[in-house]
Amino acid sequence: MSPMVRRALTLGLFGGIAGIHVSLVGIVNTFQTRDLIADIVTIGSVIPMLIAIMVGWLAGRAPRHAAELAAPTALGAGAVAGAVTGTILALLAILVDSVSLTWILVNARPQLATILQFEQGPVVGSVLLIAGGAALGAAGAVLHILPGAIARSIAMAGIITIIVALMEPFIGAVLRNVELRAIEGFLYDSGGLTLPGFILVFALIGAGVYGWATRGDRARARVEAMPPDRRRAAKIAVYLATIGILLILPQIVGQRLSEVIGTVGIYVLLGLGLNIVVGFAGLLDLGYVAFFAVGAYTTAILTSPASPVFTPELPFWGALPFVILAAALIGLAVGAPVLRLRGDYLAIVTLGFGEIAREIFKSAWAQPVTGGAQGILSIPEPIPFSRDPQSIYYPILFFCILAAIAATTLASSRVGRAWNAMREDESVAEATGVNTIKYKLLAFGLGAAFGCLGGAFFGAKIGVVFPDSFNILVSINALALIILGGMGNIAGVVLGAFVLVGLPELLREFAEYRLLIYGVVLVVMMLLRPEGLLPSRSRRAELHEVKDEDDDDMYADEVGEETGRPVVTA
Amino acid sequence: MTQAETATAPATVNEPTNGTPLLELRDLHVYYGNIEALKGVSMTVGEGEIVTLIGSNGAGKSTTLRAISGTHKPRSGAVMLEGRDIHHLPAHEIVSLGIAHSPEGRKVFSRMTVYENLQMGAFSRKGEKIEPDVARVFDLFPRLKERRTQKAGTMSGGEQQMLAMGRALMAHPKILLLDEPSMGLSPILTEQIFNIIREINGQGTTVLLVEQNALMALNAAHRGYVIQTGKILLADTAKNLAANEQVRQAYLGEI
Repeated sequence: MSPMVRRALTLGLFGGIAGIHVSLVGIVNTFQTRDLIADIVTIGSVIPMLIAIMVGWLAGRAPRHAAELAAPTALGAGAVAGAVTGTILALLAILVDSVSLTWILVNARPQLATILQFEQGPVVGSVLLIAGGAALGAAGAVLHILPGAIARSIAMAGIITIIVALMEPFIGAVLRNVELRAIEGFLYDSGGLTLPGFILVFALIGAGVYGWATRGDRARARVEAMPPDRRRAAKIAVYLATIGILLILPQIVGQRLSEVIGTVGIYVLLGLGLNIVVGFAGLLDLGYVAFFAVGAYTTAILTSPASPVFTPELPFWGALPFVILAAALIGLAVGAPVLRLRGDYLAIVTLGFGEIAREIFKSAWAQPVTGGAQGILSIPEPIPFSRDPQSIYYPILFFCILAAIAATTLASSRVGRAWNAMREDESVAEATGVNTIKYKLLAFGLGAAFGCLGGAFFGAKIGVVFPDSFNILVSINALALIILGGMGNIAGVVLGAFVLVGLPELLREFAEYRLLIYGVVLVVMMLLRPEGLLPSRSRRAELHEVKDEDDDDMYADEVGEETGRPVVTA
Repeated sequence: MTQAETATAPATVNEPTNGTPLLELRDLHVYYGNIEALKGVSMTVGEGEIVTLIGSNGAGKSTTLRAISGTHKPRSGAVMLEGRDIHHLPAHEIVSLGIAHSPEGRKVFSRMTVYENLQMGAFSRKGEKIEPDVARVFDLFPRLKERRTQKAGTMSGGEQQMLAMGRALMAHPKILLLDEPSMGLSPILTEQIFNIIREINGQGTTVLLVEQNALMALNAAHRGYVIQTGKILLADTAKNLAANEQVRQAYLGEI
């Protein structure tokens, strides 16, 4: 058996296993309720198709260190892999249909077989599955034959169109809210895109991505060629427009979505703060939730009439200075003992701190102050703003902008340079005169301040604090969103917060699979785009430097040694 | 050490005459955990000198420099800079007092550009103009000027060594500590680096040079110390050391 065939078969097998997995955990059934194209394709049946396309793409890819495959070979490999996946799913469908497995696998219902067989019965359905798998696998392999920019545009358009279809309840609500019912009627129908809507969205996004891929550099060059004062003016115009849109956003999107963007805003605050600690200073903090918790609890204790210890209740804004004070103290308290730790050791210790914080807030010992497992109820709304999500959005936005300005200013300052040096090599930084203790504590303190602010708004927004809201997932979310968005870049933090916090909030009905999807997204990201969605320029350069480095070797030969290749680090 | 002192030949022209040398180590004891790396090292460096500390691998050369720059604290003894004991000060304060350390293995900030590395070198001189110093470094190392905006990690070993030295000079040091500047470099480049060391010294910077390449180091230096397993074995003018039978056998590769 030739290695190519074997590889295609193996990939097809993996695809089949993945397909069985998503079918049996119930993803296919759950997404069956939603249409990609109304009355034609459900999202549930799109998922096995995506798997077939994926294995086809992988099978059609050139093996490592080998030339691109010839077009027929690639297509053949893709088709074989896709057909194997299809066969396995066909077998699964027949099995589910004929043997009752529901007593052990609740999702192995006949309904699953119906979906997998496209409602065509076992014989026709199985043939369709295998043939369709082959066709989709070949389609996945076609992406290698097409020029890179086109293939990327198609892939991006596909992913985003599915998201647009899934977002039907929200995008539809927004369109109704701003009285664009005609567009809504054109795009959506009964829980999915209409066929013309599907084609339009797909084409628009594909064209946009393609345009940016082919002409983006030229546009960027044109901006850079502008005279400095005009460039400045353009930049300010963009900022003002962004702020303008952000200011009217709650009115556009309505109640329910304002709630979500408020949550996203809180995570933007967390992300910006953690970005200072991890992205700028290079201190991997896995216990960031501790700061979030301290912010929320400080607010609750000072403002809530339900907290027994502090009776003259402060208004939210009166409590805020104390929250920041608490942040500074806790930042120092966490920072000081771990000053001497580096890298992985720091990560583990901070991880412990995060867990300790939650356990303390929860403990019987702290119950008189924190309410123990019952938490603290009835935190007052941040008057003069009410708990209406459309108005609490504004103070969050204000602090996000403040944090963003603070972060950008710091990054390009003397402090930023010291952090940068520390992140690269702590002992050399010290030898060049950086007071590493001072700058580490500064990073921890600032990170803590943003984290606590986020916590304060979190408490005020939902009106209660419970210790179990402050679990490790908050730390992981905050870290993942800056990695996904692109470390060291503010736009990246915002995008990361939207993707990792906003989307799951919107897709609550599929919340069961949140961590599964999350994990897949992170793995794929790290393989395909380790610098994040919107990386800062220097970081993108670091991670892609190896490719265009050849011309630097001339001096290296002269001294007879290798150039130091940049090390890929997150 | 007293033994070593008495072994010193009659004072050279560069031997400090006013009583307080620029840098003086008194009976330094340095430990890594329980291992004693320096067992009472004493030496002096006079203003305007090039002094070299030679010895084999693991003799304690780099440890001595680390003890001076404060990146590894001595357990006992004193590091006197212009008559003031600085051994207890943190490293970043020692830099601003005028001791710059170019560490072993050309540790440049590899993800920063050449210019940013030089900028970091002047970190201790808060708020001063650095452009004249950058110009001076580019004068000494023209190749760095060509590579001003290149990421330091992508440069060759020789260029990184030049950058490490240039970065140390950016601190305006009274005394420059150089740790194995010739390590891993070709003979031609080593020659160049040593010429530049002489030039830096000619411009008025005192140099304490640690080397395994004893021949080159003794050629460039005024005085030298030989260190072995944490103790100073010999102290003399560079010329005398180069002629010393023991040194020739042990470090210059002669039988």
